[in-house]
This record gives sequence, C-alpha cells and structure tokens, in this order.
Amino acid sequence: MDGPESKKLLLIGNPNVGKSALFTRITGVHALSSNYPGTTVGFLEGWLRRKDETWRVIDVPGAYTLMPTNEAEEVAERMVNEGADVAIIVLDATALERNLFLAFQVMERQIPAVIALNMMDEARHKGIDIDAEKLEELLHVPVVSTVAVSGEGISRLLDRLPEARPVQDTPLSKEEKWTAIGKIIEEVQKVHHRHHTFLDKLEDASVDSFWGLLIGVAVIAGSFTAIRFVGEGLIDIFLDPLFERFWRPLAMGASKLLGGGGTLHDILVGRLFDGTIDFEQSFGLLTTGLYVPVVMVMPYVLSFYAVLSFLEDFGYLPRLAVSFDALLHKMGLHGFAIVPALLGLGCNVPGILATRVLDSPRERFIAATLISVAIPCASLQAMIIGTVGALGVRWVAVVYITLFLSWVILGRLLHALMPGFSPELIVEIPPYRIPSFKAMAFKLWLRISGFILEAIPLVLGGIFLISLLDVTGLTDLLSRMLAPVFRGLLGLPTEAAAPIFLGILRKDVALGMLGTLGLSPTQLVVATVTLAMTFPCIATFIVLWKELGGKRLLASLAIMIAAALTAGMAVRLVLSHSL
Amino acid sequence: MTPPTSGGGKKLSLRDLANGEEGQITALPSSDGCAERLEALGLRAGKIVKKVSGMPFHGPVTLLLEGRQIAIGWRLSSAILVNPMKGRLLPHGRPGE
Repeated sequence: MDGPESKKLLLIGNPNVGKSALFTRITGVHALSSNYPGTTVGFLEGWLRRKDETWRVIDVPGAYTLMPTNEAEEVAERMVNEGADVAIIVLDATALERNLFLAFQVMERQIPAVIALNMMDEARHKGIDIDAEKLEELLHVPVVSTVAVSGEGISRLLDRLPEARPVQDTPLSKEEKWTAIGKIIEEVQKVHHRHHTFLDKLEDASVDSFWGLLIGVAVIAGSFTAIRFVGEGLIDIFLDPLFERFWRPLAMGASKLLGGGGTLHDILVGRLFDGTIDFEQSFGLLTTGLYVPVVMVMPYVLSFYAVLSFLEDFGYLPRLAVSFDALLHKMGLHGFAIVPALLGLGCNVPGILATRVLDSPRERFIAATLISVAIPCASLQAMIIGTVGALGVRWVAVVYITLFLSWVILGRLLHALMPGFSPELIVEIPPYRIPSFKAMAFKLWLRISGFILEAIPLVLGGIFLISLLDVTGLTDLLSRMLAPVFRGLLGLPTEAAAPIFLGILRKDVALGMLGTLGLSPTQLVVATVTLAMTFPCIATFIVLWKELGGKRLLASLAIMIAAALTAGMAVRLVLSHSL
Repeated sequence: MTPPTSGGGKKLSLRDLANGEEGQITALPSSDGCAERLEALGLRAGKIVKKVSGMPFHGPVTLLLEGRQIAIGWRLSSAILVNPMKGRLLPHGRPGE
C-alpha cells in the first residue's frame, strides 16, 4: 500500500490527549504496530484513503516536548525531524497552554500543520471556553474542534488537510515561546466557575493519603475477581465444552489412526488414560499442546488485558503509581515502575519491554529482574489456579503471598546492594475519562493476536521437546543430576526436577506436568514457587538478554536461581512447621 | 512574572503546604535532570498551584496546576519553593479553599 503516491501524515500530541482514539477513527482497523528502529518504543501505522489520495498515518509517541526528556520523546523528535507532508497536531483543550508549547516546536520545523482541538466536550464541562476561530487566526494554521472519542469534527478536520501550510516564522527561544503562548491564551480562552462533579471528587480521593490506598487495594482486588470470573466463565461455558464436543472426537480418531501407541502417537496424541485422552495430562501436540494455550490460558489473558485496558484508558494507572511510589522508592524504583509490573502479570515480555520507561540502567535492571523473578504471567497464573487451586484457595494464597514478599524483599536487597539512588516520580495525572469502546477493543485485539501468535508455537515447541527428551532418555539423566538439590533442599521427589527444568520453555506447561506427579500440597506449593521464580521462560529470557546485555543477564539469572531456592526452602520450612 | 511578596510571606516548599492550600512557585530545581520535565509539564516560576495531597511514608505530593493533577516525588517536592497564598483564585477559576 505504501506506493510513491502515498503521503505521510503524522499525528502528534502530548500523552493522553486522545491521539490513539483519533488514529483509530481516521484509519479504521487495519493498523501495524511496530518498534521504531533501534528502540523499543512502539508506534502505530495505518492508512487513510481520501478522494484520490492515500495517506500513511503515523501515530507518533506522546511527547510533552521535542527537547527529549525520555526515550519516547526522543523517537517523537526523530519522527518530526524526518519530516512529513502534513502533521495533525492534537491539542487537549483542557490544558491548552502546555499543549501549545509542543505545537510551537512542531510548527517551527516548517511541517505543514493542521490543529485538532480535541476534548472540546470535556473542556466545556470544565467551564473552559476556547475561541477556535481566533486561535486559527493567531496561529495561521487550520484549527478544528474535535471530540475524537465520539467522532465529532473528524471529517471537517480531514477536509482541511489540503489547507495545511508551513508557518514562515523564525524559531523562538523557550522563554519567547511561553510569552507568545501566554498572549494567545489570554485572547482565546475564558474560564468559568463550575461545580465539582463526582469524577472530580474521585480524582482527589484517588491520590488521598487514606482513600487513595484504600481505592488502590479495592481496584486490585476487584480486578482479580473480575479477571477470574470472566476467565473461568469463558472456560467453563464456552471453550472447554467446545473442545470436548468437537475436538475430542477428531483427536481420538487420530489416535486410532496411529494405532493407539508408538513414538509418533506419543508425540502427536500423547499418553492415554483409561483408553481416552486427558487434555490436561496426555502431553501430545494435538491434545495438551492446543488445550493449554487455547482453553486454559487464553481466557485469562483475554480477561486480564480487558481489565488492564479499561484501567489504562479510564486513567487509573498513574494514580496507582502515586499510591505505590513510597513502597517502590524503597526498592530503588519510582511509582511508575508499577505499570511494567502490572503488564508483567499479563506476560513478562511486554512487562520487561515496558521497563524502558524507567530512566537509569540500574532501575531497569532491578525492575526487569523483579518481574522475571516474582511476577507470574497470566499463563502461569491460569495454571496456578487450575493446578494448585484444585487443593483449595488457601494454597493459592500461599503461592501469591510468597511471590509478593519475594518481590518486596528482593527489591529492597537489590536497592541496598547496588550503587546508585532511587529517582523521583514526576507524572501527569490525566482526568478520569469514560473509555472509548472502539479504541479499547482495538488495543485488546492487538494484544490477544500477539499472544496467540507467540504462545501457541512456543507451547507446541515445548511439548515437542519434552517428548523428545522423554524418548531419548535425557529426562531421566537430567532428573538424576538435579535430584540432590530438589530432594535435599526442597523436599521434592526426583521426577519434579524435569518439569522445573523444562519451565525454561513454558512455565504453564511445566506446571501442568507437576500437576500429574501426585505431589502432596506442601510439595506442590514448594515446586510451584520454585518454578515460578527460577529461570524465565524462553521468550522472557530472550527479551531480558536484549534489554540487559549478556553480563547483566547472567547476574539476573544468578539472582533468580538463588531467590527461587531460598523462597522454596522458606516455604517448605514454614509449611512443615505450621501443619 | 515576578512573584508578589504579599500573602504568606515565608517561603515554603511544596510539600510544606497544607492539603488544599495554594502557593505561587518561586523556584524550581535547576541542576537536576528533572528541570526540563517539570517545565514541559507546565511547572514554571510564577505559576499558582494547589496542593491536593501527600502520600504517607514519604510518598509523592500531588498538586493541581490549571485544573490538572501532577504527582511529584517527595524529595523533589521539597526542592520546589512556593509562596503560600490564602484566598486567591486559581487562573482556571477554581476557588481556593
């Protein structure tokens, strides 16, 4: 689609101004998500067909300034410097002054611009009147009022793209810009008094020293309840019956066709229990290999990302950062490190990639190591709930409490032992907003399709390798080598060594194997904690390597193994004394 | 843009303000790498801010600047000096409490 006739259109604006909603409005559903070359900053690219023209639309990462203060802003600066046929500068009408600073920086680079004065509905609610015509007159570029979430003003905005012209002004110094902006604000903006709404009060309460923490705990507890409710519902009502009804006959047919045994049968269908397939325990490519990612894990991944996208778009995450800042500060991080940790609860890979928002290599090392040690991903959690949960909720609680304590204790240790300091939090807290369903659905689709593309091949590969190791007898050898550690330190049987070692490929699959060994509750909890905290899965391992480099990766792995064995032994001691 | 000397008189840091109290910014940290970021968020000398809250255990201070909340780490908030003002109106018209 990217022919010589296609023109380049940049969408530029501060974070949280509704740029993404505008992007989905003008490009529709066909968008590409990619990383800017040489960075991990992601951006979206889509296409707009209008009259005879095709536009390549690029959603530039949100930036407050083109004098970069972080990596996203560096990418924004580079994208703007590369130039474009037209830039749509998206301004938040409720914070016009600060938004105009970025607009000035873009316009002085001689890019033809059109201004979308977005969130005009919210500005009206807040008692802010902006004279868009006057603003257009003063800035010498088209200014169109929009409400991206509802689509208001979008077609008028696109109609005016041909009117975009570079502004022939000489660049201003920083002080001159603020002075010029001050004059513009005086002329175009009027503010009326208005009463506080419910959302305003909620905004203040969310950062209050008492209510904020209470709301934080309630949001986390509520989120987990919702994720479990939706995930279990999808499994019990929809996916499991679907698999049983349609896939079981086909898989059984394949089993018969392969003669009910032999190497190929073991690899494709796996072991039969009482002459039939057990989707959780057979461990064949066509049985457990599809059942684990599609039925047991995907529903939780889906419901997790639905809840996370809602919290993100509603504007809660920065407030959670405020609530967690004091704790994270003592772990060498600042409050915003809670966001990568939350993402890690979905999948460690995006969680570790998101540690890029942190400023120093020290913070990124601590945050990434903590995620891969103590943050269980949705796949692993689905299997914890499925396997350990079969013993009772309190055993699941033991696993979660152990992981949380490990997160805090290890964070404090790393902060105390590594030279350096905890950076300070500086974060804008956007107003609470009712999210756009369309933008949320779009983001959810990107995340779920990413999961499906990545997880299914890895699970299949993992199960294939497990079969190979089994067939060649390597599993036995490995188990015997690792047995002293597992038996002596953790009180686990020899057979538990192989699944924990195989956790390198997929921890969810490994936990599924542990579930088939007939362990006692204490043994299962110890094995689960050890498995969760030790070596990361292969995808996480690769991302850690890319993010930290070889030397720091080795340090991180050593920390993980030490932490996993320590936590496993601690749980064994505590449980055997309290039972 | 020179801050008026009337009002509270004594210069305080942002975190010394009471919740709901307003102050006019007189000085921001200059040597720190944070300075650019604070300015990009609209925090400049002469601006009037209202302290919304401070989190316990040396948690961040949340302030209101022109109708928008911004949270700032505890240590950094002590490097932002303000001139307390009582009973003044914010530029956006929200009455001071």
